[in-house]
Amino acid sequence: MSTLVPPPTKRQKTEIAEKARLQQEIESIPDNLGSVRVQFFDQATGSATGPAVSVPVADANVKNLETLLNTLQGNEDDERVPYRFTYQSQDKDNQAIDILADLYHSLLQPGLRTTEDTISLYFTPQAVFRVKAVSRCAASIAGHGEAILATAFSPVSSSTMVTGSGDSTARVWDCDTGTPLHTLKGHTSWVLAVAYSPNGAIIATGSMDNSVRLWDAKKGQSLGGPLKGHAKWITSLAWEPYHAQETGRPRLASASKDSTVRVWDVVSKRIDIVLSGHKGSVTCVRWGGMGKIYTASHDKTIKVWDAKQGTLIQTLQAHAHRVNHLALSTDFVLRTAYHDHTKKVPEADADKVTAARKRFEQAATVNNKIVERLVSASDDFTMYLWEPESSNKPVARLLGHQKEVNHVTFSPDMAYIASAGFDNHVKLWNGRDGKFITTFRGHVGAVYQCCFSADSRLLVSSSKDTTLKVWNVRTGKLAMDLPGHKDEVFAVDWSPDGEKVGSGGKDKAVRIWRN
Amino acid sequence: MYIERWQKQHGKRLDHDERVRKRQAREAHQQSKDAQNLRGLRAKLYQQKRHAEKIQMRKRIKAQEEKNVKSSAPDEPSKTPLPQYLLDRSQATNAKALSSAIKDKRKEQAAKFAVPLPKVKGISEEEMFKVVNTGKKTHKKSWKRMITKPTFVGNDFTRVNPKRERFIRPMGLRYKKANVTHPELGVTVQLPIISVKKNPQNPLYTSLGVLTKGTIVEVNVSELGLVTTSGRVVWGKYAQISNNPENDGCVNAVLLV
Repeated sequence: MSTLVPPPTKRQKTEIAEKARLQQEIESIPDNLGSVRVQFFDQATGSATGPAVSVPVADANVKNLETLLNTLQGNEDDERVPYRFTYQSQDKDNQAIDILADLYHSLLQPGLRTTEDTISLYFTPQAVFRVKAVSRCAASIAGHGEAILATAFSPVSSSTMVTGSGDSTARVWDCDTGTPLHTLKGHTSWVLAVAYSPNGAIIATGSMDNSVRLWDAKKGQSLGGPLKGHAKWITSLAWEPYHAQETGRPRLASASKDSTVRVWDVVSKRIDIVLSGHKGSVTCVRWGGMGKIYTASHDKTIKVWDAKQGTLIQTLQAHAHRVNHLALSTDFVLRTAYHDHTKKVPEADADKVTAARKRFEQAATVNNKIVERLVSASDDFTMYLWEPESSNKPVARLLGHQKEVNHVTFSPDMAYIASAGFDNHVKLWNGRDGKFITTFRGHVGAVYQCCFSADSRLLVSSSKDTTLKVWNVRTGKLAMDLPGHKDEVFAVDWSPDGEKVGSGGKDKAVRIWRN
Repeated sequence: MYIERWQKQHGKRLDHDERVRKRQAREAHQQSKDAQNLRGLRAKLYQQKRHAEKIQMRKRIKAQEEKNVKSSAPDEPSKTPLPQYLLDRSQATNAKALSSAIKDKRKEQAAKFAVPLPKVKGISEEEMFKVVNTGKKTHKKSWKRMITKPTFVGNDFTRVNPKRERFIRPMGLRYKKANVTHPELGVTVQLPIISVKKNPQNPLYTSLGVLTKGTIVEVNVSELGLVTTSGRVVWGKYAQISNNPENDGCVNAVLLV
């Protein structure tokens, strides 16, 4: 067989690989373009920061722009903030483009702007801390006698977590040592929903036995008897945001299959308001930071209620099939209230409320206006992005899933929306205008839930195919595959401080993952 | 064509609809007459046509019946605990049931080497092979063996020069799919065959891909979406053929779990 060319030697192979590597790097910025004028604007207030600055095009990448902006704002070396830059055209179409790597490839090369123009860049600060991708299973804790149906981390820290299970108990876990702390016994049927109060003191559980129960998170004791009133099982729970609570009188909303939502006074254990109006099972309830309650239902509608009076404000209609899940852009700040990454907790109650309000307003302010966006996932394979404050009409329709969309979440910095569908895909969308960004492919079973890390740079998804997968949001690639569960993973949560991921599913074991 | 043109110019006969209705009403009579009285090739063709029509009709009726079935008690939640978002859904549980049962069974290591059909009747070479004379002119004496049993021929099979070919595997007896049954659940799924792993009769038959009763085949289970505990996707699993494919015209197999 003299005609056969011998296989390449190792030296030849390394040469080819080297060449291929170098060829990829050639995509660079031409250095004969001179400079371009850049004007920075603050996304939150919409006001200009500093004068327009002339920047050499060859050097106009995100890193250098960050340094420049930090200098313009007079930030010291130790308080430098990473920024995300968005270009917004001043024309009617008002399109917004994120600057991914540099100005040349994002704006100049596609011909959106030339070097003659002044480019207006809006900046938003990114999280100053960085969450590492979880990579290993720190603990697999047996204890529950049936499948785990819901899980939630405490907003205070990543060291406690609560899970609700089919064995009609909820359990509180010490995640640092991987041991059970308390068993919350009392329900007579499956525990379908669990929720920590924003200050982390009370745990609420909703069950198949039509009741809601409250527990002391520290001691693991029941706070009074069951809250009875619903005629069918509880599907979802939402606490009143910390800054909106009357002092010493927190409230809790529970959604039920019996198509009502009940708002409970947690201290007196009485029904405060009953929100009835839906014609089908209420699947999800969310309590917004501006005194509104959002509910989604099987009757294809989303309703917006006033949390004070309990009156219906709006009905959002667009979906063609049952609405499965809702997410607010402010979910993360509302859930964590005054707990931030510095872990400094104010002493006095009044300070806590101020801190929580300040945090909420800081996160939700865009162009001097507090904006709370809402995204809804439905069985009609689509999602809608809403701005209930300004309009009854959706901002955008998010098309792309090929089966029912089960779960949807906003990233903590509100820049992204992630949706998990039964078509085995997780999709990432722009949180501002609902534009499609990328699809995370890799699961081979329906994806049940997903959760962002606190710095919005990573996403974890749980699936029927028994795995968890961690995705890198920026690159759209798989960051980490986490096999280990022996059966479907029903619930996953990323702790608000980013340290740990907790998951549970049909194999009855709670798993805690860390980096 | 000319009828259409005429109808466009002059319109239909006044009693057109009535005539069509009557013709349709009498259709059964005409069919019955044809079925009884046609002879020879025409009868054969007619029966073939009727046969195909009847299959279609049965399928339609069945589909209609399935559509009309009322789902039993939608409010009745399942016995196994499910999260809130799966509660009101009717689930396609087939593949899932299969998958978890396989996993349970896998734990019992003893079951690993047991097969449902431990012994099979031997098949003689005479029964397996038929001699075919080939060649012309100077090579009149050459002969080949034709396999008289169903075979599996892989996708990647390329024919060698016909002169060098010693075994003929008839096209009509080749199978690509097997009806695989899960032994405990009784769920049957049609799956593509990947390869023949072991023919108990003779190692030669294994390499030829002969499908007889008791043969172990590898089937493609990727569409069931099974995952190993280490997170990899399972796509090949073994199954043992449980019928005589040459008698039945199909390959039935039992999954080895």
